[in-house]
Amino acid sequence: MDRNGFEPLILGFACNWCTYAGADLAGTSRIQYPPNLRMIRVMCSGRVDPTFVLKAFARGVDGVLIGGCHPGDCHYMEGNYKARRRIHLLRKMLRDFGIEPERLRLEWVSASEGARFAQVVADFTKTLKELGPLKKDAKIAVSQQD
Amino acid sequence: MPDTRIGVFVCHCGRNIGGYVNVPEVVEYAKGLPDVAHAEHNLYTCSEEGISSIKKKIQDNDLNRVIVASCTPRTHEALFRSACEEAGLNKYLFEFVNIRDQCSWVHMTLPKEATEKAKDLIRMGVAKARLLKPLEEIEIEVTPSCLVIGCGVAGMTAALNLANQGFDVHLVEKASELGGLLLSLHKLFAVNREARELIVPLIEQVKNHKRITTHLSTEVKDVKGFIGNFDVTLEQGEKESKLRVGTIIVAVGAEEFKPVGQYGYGETAGVLTQLELEERLKERTLEAKNVVMINCVGARVPERPYCGRFCCLTAIKNAVLIKENDPEANVWILHRDVMAYGVEFEEYYRKAMESGVRFVRYSLETPPEVIANGELKGVSVYHELMGKQVELPSDMVVLTTPLVPRGDNAGISKTLKVPLSSDGFFLEAHLKLQPVEFATDGIYICGSARWPVEVSEAIFQACASAGKAAMPMRRGHVRPEAITSSVNEEFCGGCGVCAVLCPYGAMQMVSKNGKGVARTIEALCKGCGTCGAACPSGAITMNHFNDEQIMAQIEALTEA
Repeated sequence: MDRNGFEPLILGFACNWCTYAGADLAGTSRIQYPPNLRMIRVMCSGRVDPTFVLKAFARGVDGVLIGGCHPGDCHYMEGNYKARRRIHLLRKMLRDFGIEPERLRLEWVSASEGARFAQVVADFTKTLKELGPLKKDAKIAVSQQD
Repeated sequence: MPDTRIGVFVCHCGRNIGGYVNVPEVVEYAKGLPDVAHAEHNLYTCSEEGISSIKKKIQDNDLNRVIVASCTPRTHEALFRSACEEAGLNKYLFEFVNIRDQCSWVHMTLPKEATEKAKDLIRMGVAKARLLKPLEEIEIEVTPSCLVIGCGVAGMTAALNLANQGFDVHLVEKASELGGLLLSLHKLFAVNREARELIVPLIEQVKNHKRITTHLSTEVKDVKGFIGNFDVTLEQGEKESKLRVGTIIVAVGAEEFKPVGQYGYGETAGVLTQLELEERLKERTLEAKNVVMINCVGARVPERPYCGRFCCLTAIKNAVLIKENDPEANVWILHRDVMAYGVEFEEYYRKAMESGVRFVRYSLETPPEVIANGELKGVSVYHELMGKQVELPSDMVVLTTPLVPRGDNAGISKTLKVPLSSDGFFLEAHLKLQPVEFATDGIYICGSARWPVEVSEAIFQACASAGKAAMPMRRGHVRPEAITSSVNEEFCGGCGVCAVLCPYGAMQMVSKNGKGVARTIEALCKGCGTCGAACPSGAITMNHFNDEQIMAQIEALTEA
């Protein structure tokens, strides 16, 4: 359900070895997905500092997508497990800021999962369209922490 | 602080980007961004022309940061970094913006949105580029030895290739003898020679080579380290041994699919796979007079959509051998397209038809049926060309099945930290540009471990991967990417969380002026950033992916 043609802005963090490669594969396979995602490449999902996510929401991003290797397959052994723990805690905090936890999404996408990557982006875009834009007071609550 | 002068080079990539993203509009946009001193577009930035242009514009415009907006860093980052170095710029002052694989190619019906996205991504790239710093790489020695996992024709060819170049090779094989799949084969198709003639001399050469150490009945238990310095733990039964090697080649091959439950396999006597047929041909125990072969069993089906590549040729080979042995025998091949590519194989297919082998086309929707009442009677098939059901009396049914990934691929994948494809075979770095290596430096792949290949292809790939593996070993050193962590010892509170988190032991706690602080061991740091994200004091800088750069990208994205 589309609220007046609202197009969510999604910030993505993709780990170089798995998710970024999977996203590239979606491209090579010409699998089309919505154009709402802006990707930042990192070496590992474990690089993603929770303050990056908070900064993004403070600046009005509607959704944050973090992609890493499947558990057990992290190129750097355990970085994705660290990401999992951090995001789990962060999501709890988001509620206190008045941000729906569904706006932060952590996905495991491997280098061979081009179709899945496209599906995740399409799915997340749809969820965010239904949620609507990030509330202005949530933005302010987060940025006051800076 | 000298002026930041950024050059932005936007690629058309022929029509791949230019056909969907309005490249000239994006260039005009880039020109308007603060600190962008030069912006242009190129048809193919990776071409001779494109690279020359980058180098020339760096000089002419005094650029000190370069951005190329084109395909994906995973193809050409190294190339553009070299171009910058040749023009006198530190290679870490280059930033790649992906506007093809993650933009034009995936938004082909939305040119306006794709163009806006390209602009956003370039604005983010420029924000990061402003904050890029020159970095120096350290040099690490490479151990001039290679671990080859798997001793079939691919593994042994690669091992001999490297050993003959003067490198030490450790050849590890799970089975108790060398040779792999070729040991079970009878004859090789098209050349009509016994597989033994190829594989036995190869085994002898391997056994006698003074630079090759073979480890039979051995598996790779653990691998730590990185290119030039892999620490490998081998397991032979209960016994463990350790090795240090510079490079690793995966040549574990694949295995024949056994179609249990299909076409009476496993239930009715006289229903075999091609490999099982070869055994009987080798031992000359074949007595069948009416052989019906069914191709594409377990291949090109929904649960396994790939083509086995050479199984059609195997079926043709065995059919021709049966006819040669007994010209009165009836041999039928039921197929769903015959894969007989190139010059020799098409010729071979034609000869099979001339020798009396009959080919019948069937479809996936109307598969053949094996008729047996305890005893094999025949095969009923809907003959596509004739447009009717026909019954072929038969005393042997041979099922042509593809090679499938080995069960232990998943384990090897985890041990080496290399990916598997969706079919379960190993996934190379790039299908076209890097077909025999993994994205992880120093680890290479050849043979059917990658996807099913016939013998000559296994040999090509083995030579190719050996050639690639020889490069760092020949050079004697590698320069790992300078994306390591770095600790500001003033800010560091000495909490030690980074040291605990680092999976490589690359953070050590040292004493400085009576205070405990963390310090990076550069040779061990891989640059993953887990420590950087965890540091409560903000004391850790992740070179080339630091907090300021990432924050700048986020801020640039969300500029009102």
